[in-house]
Amino acid sequence: MSQAVGQQHPISVYLKIWTLLFILSTFSYLVDFYEVQSYLRWSLILLFMFLKAGLIIAIFMHLAWERLALIYTILMPPLTILVLIALMAVEADYINLSRILYFKVV
Amino acid sequence: MSSTATEQTTGIKSLVDDWSADKQTFDVPWGKLMMWIFLLSDTFIFSIFLTAYMSVRMTTTVDWPPTSEVFSLMIAGHHVPLLLIAIMTFILITSSGTMAMAVNYAYQGDRKKVFVLMVITAVLGASFVGMQAFEWTKLIVDEGVRPWSNPMGAEQFGASFFMITGFHGLHVTAGVIYLAIIAKRVRNGYYEKKGYHIVEITGLYWHFVDLVWVFIFAFFYLW
Repeated sequence: MSQAVGQQHPISVYLKIWTLLFILSTFSYLVDFYEVQSYLRWSLILLFMFLKAGLIIAIFMHLAWERLALIYTILMPPLTILVLIALMAVEADYINLSRILYFKVV
Repeated sequence: MSSTATEQTTGIKSLVDDWSADKQTFDVPWGKLMMWIFLLSDTFIFSIFLTAYMSVRMTTTVDWPPTSEVFSLMIAGHHVPLLLIAIMTFILITSSGTMAMAVNYAYQGDRKKVFVLMVITAVLGASFVGMQAFEWTKLIVDEGVRPWSNPMGAEQFGASFFMITGFHGLHVTAGVIYLAIIAKRVRNGYYEKKGYHIVEITGLYWHFVDLVWVFIFAFFYLW
């Protein structure tokens, strides 16, 4: 088994990302605290979520410094989940509509 | 093709070379690759939980309980929304930071610092689980939330909540035990000959637990 050199990066990189994650978490908490609603709320939540997730995967988990062969192996399969989410969203919408129509609940 | 020739390529060319050349595809230690594959499967499990949660929340005709209020804490007579959850989030991020530093010191061969940082990470993780236990107790005993019903709104709230946070809490608990074992071995010098990739592998698992929490925080608590 080949022994690739372990991931080594200056501590300062981690401290910066750590700070960034703190700031982003505070932002997403503030979204709730100030009761931002509707589309602005959802887009802000998603934005901060993806930024945080990206930083953790890329820097803390070192994926940004791995070879493409590994990066694609890890990032491609989860894309299928998007298909599942899309399908389930359509189906859930339909079920919700049916319940309102036939169970007389509003 | 010799492996030295392929390792020099970058970008898409490196992808093609790694997969097609007569050599090992992934240029990482075996354990690390296996951890990544495991985390990939775990990604699917958590995604399915969250998708199920999305489905029940979308299909129900009853209002979803207002999470911001359900998870608020009374501080000095005021309801502070999601306070405990915010603290838990910061604790988990901090533990990820100490873990990242532990990985760094591991490759520098500083066993003492690795041990201390991993123990700090484990203690932070344990406190996260403690807070979660507190939150569960509050919800079950004070608020009367059950997997099949709750006084605040849609019935599916309890099932989704206990399933998702429970499974995540289980991961944190397992991570704390994993960290404790590896930290002890690092201190004893168990990895002096084998090398310190294990600390990076443990780190991958721990960061993943933090990563999952980012999604739970966004979709379950904030949405």
